[in-house]
Amino acid sequence: MSTISSPQTPPDQPHGDPAVHQEVRGRSLWDDARDRLLANRAAMASLCVLVLITIISILGPMLSPHPFDKVYRDYVKVPASLSAYPAEDEVEPAFRSLLKRARVSIDSFERTGNVVTAIVTSKREIDPRIVRYADRSDMFSGATLGDFSEDGKSAVMQADIAFVHFYFGTDSNGRDLMTRTFIAGRVSLTIGLLATIVAIAIGVVYGATSGYLGGRVDQSMMRVVDVLYSLPFIFFVIMLVVFFGRNFVLMFIAVGAVEWLDMARIVRGQTLTIKRQEYVQAAEAMGVSDGGILRRHVIPNTLGPVVVYMTLLVPKVILLESFLSFLGLGVQEPMTSWGVLISEGARNLQGAYWMLIFPSIFLTSTLFALNFIGDGLRDALDPKDR
Amino acid sequence: MHRYVLGRLLGAIPTLFLIVTISFFLIRIAPGGPFDLERPLEAKVMENLNRIYHLDEPLWNQYLIYLKSIAVLDFGPSFYFRDFSINELFAESLPISIQLGLSALCLAFVVGGTLGVIAALRQNRMTDYSVMTAATLGVTVPNFVIAPILTLTLGGWLGWLPVGGWNGGKFVNAILPVITLALPQVAVVARLTRGSMIEALRSNHVRTARAYGLTTWLVIVVHALRGAILPVVSYLGPAAAALLTGSVVVETIFGIPGIGRYFVQGALNRDYTLVMGTVVVVACFVILFNLMVDLIYALLDPRVRYD
Repeated sequence: MSTISSPQTPPDQPHGDPAVHQEVRGRSLWDDARDRLLANRAAMASLCVLVLITIISILGPMLSPHPFDKVYRDYVKVPASLSAYPAEDEVEPAFRSLLKRARVSIDSFERTGNVVTAIVTSKREIDPRIVRYADRSDMFSGATLGDFSEDGKSAVMQADIAFVHFYFGTDSNGRDLMTRTFIAGRVSLTIGLLATIVAIAIGVVYGATSGYLGGRVDQSMMRVVDVLYSLPFIFFVIMLVVFFGRNFVLMFIAVGAVEWLDMARIVRGQTLTIKRQEYVQAAEAMGVSDGGILRRHVIPNTLGPVVVYMTLLVPKVILLESFLSFLGLGVQEPMTSWGVLISEGARNLQGAYWMLIFPSIFLTSTLFALNFIGDGLRDALDPKDR
Repeated sequence: MHRYVLGRLLGAIPTLFLIVTISFFLIRIAPGGPFDLERPLEAKVMENLNRIYHLDEPLWNQYLIYLKSIAVLDFGPSFYFRDFSINELFAESLPISIQLGLSALCLAFVVGGTLGVIAALRQNRMTDYSVMTAATLGVTVPNFVIAPILTLTLGGWLGWLPVGGWNGGKFVNAILPVITLALPQVAVVARLTRGSMIEALRSNHVRTARAYGLTTWLVIVVHALRGAILPVVSYLGPAAAALLTGSVVVETIFGIPGIGRYFVQGALNRDYTLVMGTVVVVACFVILFNLMVDLIYALLDPRVRYD
C-alpha cells in the first residue's frame, strides 16, 4: 500500500535535488496512516481478533474430529460441554436399550474403564450379527460377541465406549455445532469479501468515470444512481434470490452489484476534487488519455475512503446474508452460514441456548472487529484529523 | 417555499414512474407465476384465472393496464390473498407499521440523541467509551438476535410482557417490537450525534456563547445541538422511511400484521400486485421523507434557503 503515491508526492512530478532527496525521506500519506493505525490499540486488537477468526474458520473444519454434516443420532441438541460424551450415567441405559432392540435380555452389566461387558441371553440362538446394533450407535465401537454357551442362547458382548467432545454442543439434527460454526464462518466471510469486492470495483469505476467526465454524462450517470437508490433494497435482493435460486455465489456477486451505489457517490465526490489538482492538469497537458489519468491518478487517490468504506461494507453484507438466511432464502442445507445458524438458534432458544450463543459470538465479534478497524482506518486516513 | 415543495413533488413523478416500470418488468421476468401451485391447476381453471387477472394479454398491455389503475391510486386485486384488494390489505397493515415505526423513530431520536450528547460532553472518558461500545454493539448485533433474547428474558422468564402478537395495538404488545426496531437506530443516532456534537462544541459560535456567560445548558441545547443535529436529521430521513414501512424480521418474530411481511411473501408467491404496491408505497415514503429532511434542514440552518 505504501508504494501508492499520495497527492502530496505525485509520481510524475520530477524529484528535487538528489542530495536533498537522499537526506529527507519523504513520508507518504500511507506511511502516516499506517503508523497511526498501528498506534490505535482498539483497531489493532480488532485486527488480531479478525485474523484469529479467519484462521479458525479456514483451519477449524480440517482439524475438527467431526465432519460438519455428520449426524449423531444419539446426541441431538446436547449442551455445550468441555467433558466428553457420553456422560457417566448415559452409558448403561444406552447399552441396555440397544440390546433390547437386538431382542436379547441382559443377565449382567459391567463397566470397567472404557469397556462395557454384558452377558446376554435369548430364547433363540443368538445371531452374532447383533454386534451391529452396538457399532451403529454413536456411543459404542468395536463391539464383539464371544463365549457362546453350548446351545448358543447366551453369550458375552463387549464394546468400547466411543468418547466424543462437543465443545459448542450439537444442533437439532445432532451435528457438531463447533465444526458447523467454523464452516459457517468460511461461508459468511467469503460472501462478505466477494460481494464487497464486486461492489467496490463497480462503484469505483462508475463513480470515478462519472466524476471525471463531468457535465451531462455525470448528471445522467448520477440520475441512474438516484433512481436505483429509491428502489427498495429488499425488493432487489429478493428478486435476485428468485432469479438465481440456489446458486449462492452468483447471488452474492449480484448483491455486490446492487451495493455499489454508496461507493459510486463517495468516489464521485472525491474525483470532483481530485480532477482539479495540478498533477491531473499536468498529466492532461502531457497528453495522457482520460483512461490513463483515471487509472494512474484519480483512482489511486480515492483509495483512502474506499478502504474505509470497504471495511464497513463487509459487515453490512454479512448481516445481509444472515438476514436472507433468517428469511429462509440463504445458504441451503447441509451447508451453513452464521446467519443460518443464528436463525436456527433463535428458533431453539428455549431449551438450547447454545445454538444461538456460539454463532452469535462469532458473528458479533467479526462485525465488531470490522467496525473498529473501519473506524481506525478512517481516523488514520483522514488528514483533517492530524 | 410552496413553489419549492410543489416542484419537488412534481419532480418525484418521473422517478416514481421509472421505479414502477423497472420493478414491474423485473418481477414479470422472474420465473414462475402466481398460480403455480404444487398440484397444478386444471387447464380450464388456469385459463379463467389468467383471463380475469389479464395475465393472458401481452406484457405491454398489462403494463398499461397497471399504469392506468395506479394513476387513480388503485393497486389492484391481490393474487395470493384472494378476495382482497391491495388497497384493503394496506389500509389494514400500513397504520400498524407506521405506528410501530414512528414510536421506534421517536425513541431512537430521543434516547440516541441524549446518549450522543452525553458522550460528547464527556469525550474520551469512561462514560464516552461505554456509550460508544454499547453503540457499536447495537450496530453489530442483528435484530434477529436481539428479538429472541428480549422475548425470552422480558417475555418468557420474567413474564412482564407478552412474547408476541398485536392484540389490536395494545401498549404492552408494542413495547418489545418497538425496542427491537429502535435499538440499532439508537446506536447509529448516538454515534452521529456524538461526532457532530464534538465538532460543534469546538466551533466559534459556541465559544462565543460561552464567553457571553450563557449557562452550559443553554449553550448545549440552543447553540451546539442545533447545528449538531443536522447529520442526524439527514440520516433519519431514509431511516424513517424504512422504519415506517415495516420490518420483515420484527414483524415475523413478534407476529405483527404489518406491511413489512408483504415484501417477502409477495415476491415469493409472485403476488405481482402486492409486490408492486409495496414498492410504490416504500418509494413514496422515501421521496416524502427526503423532502421533509430538506425542509427541516432549512428550518435548522438559516443559511439553507429554498426560494
